[in-house]
Amino acid sequence: MDFTVSVLLGTFLLSIVALFFFIWSMAKGLFGSGQSAATQIFDRHELGVVEDPAATARQQDALQHAMDPQAASRDGMTAADVAARERADRSTSLVVGVCLTLAVIWLVLASLAGLISSIKLHEPDWWVQYGWLTFGRIRPIHLNIVAYGWCSLAGIGVALWLIPRLLKTELVGAKYALVGGALWSIGVFAGVVAIAMGHSDGLEWLEFPWQIDILLVIGGALVGVPMWLTLMQRKVKHLYVSVWYIGAGLLWFPIMFLIANWPDLHFGVEQATMNWWYGHNVLGLWFTPLGLAAAYYFIPKVLGKPIYSYNLSLLGFWSLAFFYSQVGGHHLIGGPVPSWLITISIVQSVMMVIPVFAVAVNQHMTVLGNFRALLYSPTLRFIVLGAMMYTAASVQGSLEALRSVNTTTHFTHFTVAHAHLGLYGFFSMVMFGSIYFIMPRVMNWEWPYPRLISLHFWLVLSGFAIYFIGLSIGGWLQGLAMLDEKTPFMQSVALTLPYLQARSIGGGLMTLGHLVFAVHFFAMGWKFGPQRLGATLLGPRFFQRRQAAGAAA
Amino acid sequence: MNSETSFWEMDELRLVAGAMVILGIATSLLVVLPYLLLQPVKPPAGLKPYTSEQLAGRQIYIANGCVYCHSQQPRDSKQAPDFARGWGRASVPGDYAYDTPHLLGTMRTGPDLLNIGARQPSKDWHLGHLYQPRAYTPGSIMPSYPFLFEVRQGQAQPGETVVSLPPQFVKPNEVVVAKPEALSLVAYLLALDRTYPALPAQTSPATASKGKP
Repeated sequence: MDFTVSVLLGTFLLSIVALFFFIWSMAKGLFGSGQSAATQIFDRHELGVVEDPAATARQQDALQHAMDPQAASRDGMTAADVAARERADRSTSLVVGVCLTLAVIWLVLASLAGLISSIKLHEPDWWVQYGWLTFGRIRPIHLNIVAYGWCSLAGIGVALWLIPRLLKTELVGAKYALVGGALWSIGVFAGVVAIAMGHSDGLEWLEFPWQIDILLVIGGALVGVPMWLTLMQRKVKHLYVSVWYIGAGLLWFPIMFLIANWPDLHFGVEQATMNWWYGHNVLGLWFTPLGLAAAYYFIPKVLGKPIYSYNLSLLGFWSLAFFYSQVGGHHLIGGPVPSWLITISIVQSVMMVIPVFAVAVNQHMTVLGNFRALLYSPTLRFIVLGAMMYTAASVQGSLEALRSVNTTTHFTHFTVAHAHLGLYGFFSMVMFGSIYFIMPRVMNWEWPYPRLISLHFWLVLSGFAIYFIGLSIGGWLQGLAMLDEKTPFMQSVALTLPYLQARSIGGGLMTLGHLVFAVHFFAMGWKFGPQRLGATLLGPRFFQRRQAAGAAA
Repeated sequence: MNSETSFWEMDELRLVAGAMVILGIATSLLVVLPYLLLQPVKPPAGLKPYTSEQLAGRQIYIANGCVYCHSQQPRDSKQAPDFARGWGRASVPGDYAYDTPHLLGTMRTGPDLLNIGARQPSKDWHLGHLYQPRAYTPGSIMPSYPFLFEVRQGQAQPGETVVSLPPQFVKPNEVVVAKPEALSLVAYLLALDRTYPALPAQTSPATASKGKP
């Protein structure tokens, strides 16, 4: 008891001290440079100018008109600035192209594995003759391909692409990232094969055998090298908030993954606390930073308008790092783990409203009054929706950590729906938007069929809505049934069936959307489609037209 | 960067230092402290180590991902009716003294299994249920595991275990024979029995920690 109290008191005091230190340092200007850092992502005279390489020329015109029809057009951006931007983008194109291509392939495979898992839950005698297709293998195959194939490689690709734009410096050491990405992909492939063959380490999120994990640790460390090399040679003074997120994320992941997979170190219940320390940190300290970094860049960049508050974004960063890193214990509420650990995790889960509020206010205030821009910008449509789902997933997560709510939702499909709200609704949506923005710059080619972008959007949005709403309701009812002593257990199984079927329908629509996305992606890669030469070169046609209009006036 | 720049003006140093301190705090709380506190926990007197066959079965349990639908952590009666459902008393750290990797689980698509060996001690039931869950539990959504069995025309060889099934689940003049994987898996399931009393010293992890120097 003394021990429990002292740990709780210690954590509490530490949090308070950290908070005061933070306020003090903000007042001293130690954490940033106020608003000047917020405009760091724009070139001189670029403020007010929209940018969305995924938009057609007409959409770009409409977007610019919606945002700021009077904005100084980019003829204010000097030829030297444009050339520097071109060089920066070109310095990443190979490594980013490789990472994102692999990510898209993994996305398709992950969707198929997920859909098969989903169907198997309501058709338990379907495709049972092969061991590698049994639910208990195809489900972790789905999770691992999503996490380490699609999400990680997409996040790494987007982060690498952002670095030169954020630091106004060409990427240094891209070859390290290429080698890292290759090792990483080999690791994911080998890990998936291992799970299929039944060689799993047995821990959720950590199924890959530890011998294979070495590839991911080294690969993960190597993809971070260009970030640090570029940082050393950067041409900007202040670090934009996305740099903080990317830098920390690239540092955190290899360390966490190394500790979590260290062979013969963890045991019994300690291994369970470690499991959820990792399981939640891989979301909080790896995917979330990469996703937020992208959202913090693309929302203001597309709109041509700096984020609402730079200081708020840094408050969000540090409080996210501090609180999020300690919430893992809420996965073990009711389990045989020390009660102080659970209590700390619940408290910090609730404290997560601070960083979530910081991000939500910032992004919402940036978009506020410009919602019409979503009509014209394919990038923004995905990313703003993703940012909203980040808020929703986070608030839901804080609530789910409360003991009373958790008692119902723990062990049910409700948690699965919540996990998808975070990793799909937030992270994957942001990645879709980012990839739509980035690829025209990487390939020097427009998206060939803009209608497919809309089709992708509506398919995954409607599919995900069916998935999330259905599974949340089913999971909640399942939890209530299990808590009622008089309800036989089998009833908690039977009542979920319609919702599990709805999940398969939603998942099917999402998979269809991903196939559309992948087809479009490779159509671009093979340079299909009408050649318009519009968006790719920082929109010359658009600017030519503006200049012509200016000259006429 | 200018070499005269102070630490506080160097964003990258603050980033690295801050990120590492924060990860360090979290790791201390959620990994290192539990490590130090739980290491001295002794296995309860009633808990036997797994035999090599049971351990082989545990690997089959892991390989086929049983953990994705079955938890092994009954909750306290004050929180949930797990005991009333026959899943057993709330578990304590000592119950998992031989459980590496841990298989606490996060889902109850199926019931908790920490005491399945005590609740359902019939080997025949388990074999038949693994071959075709719906033969024993109507409405079950558990997958069937035909790849752990062999369906054969005619008779089984001596020494082989024939799975007993209701007639509609096996064709006449065919027998279903359990492969070694199925037998070891059932041996593991039957070993899942934590019905012995949890020692008072281990009911609360906080008191268990008093043994620590």
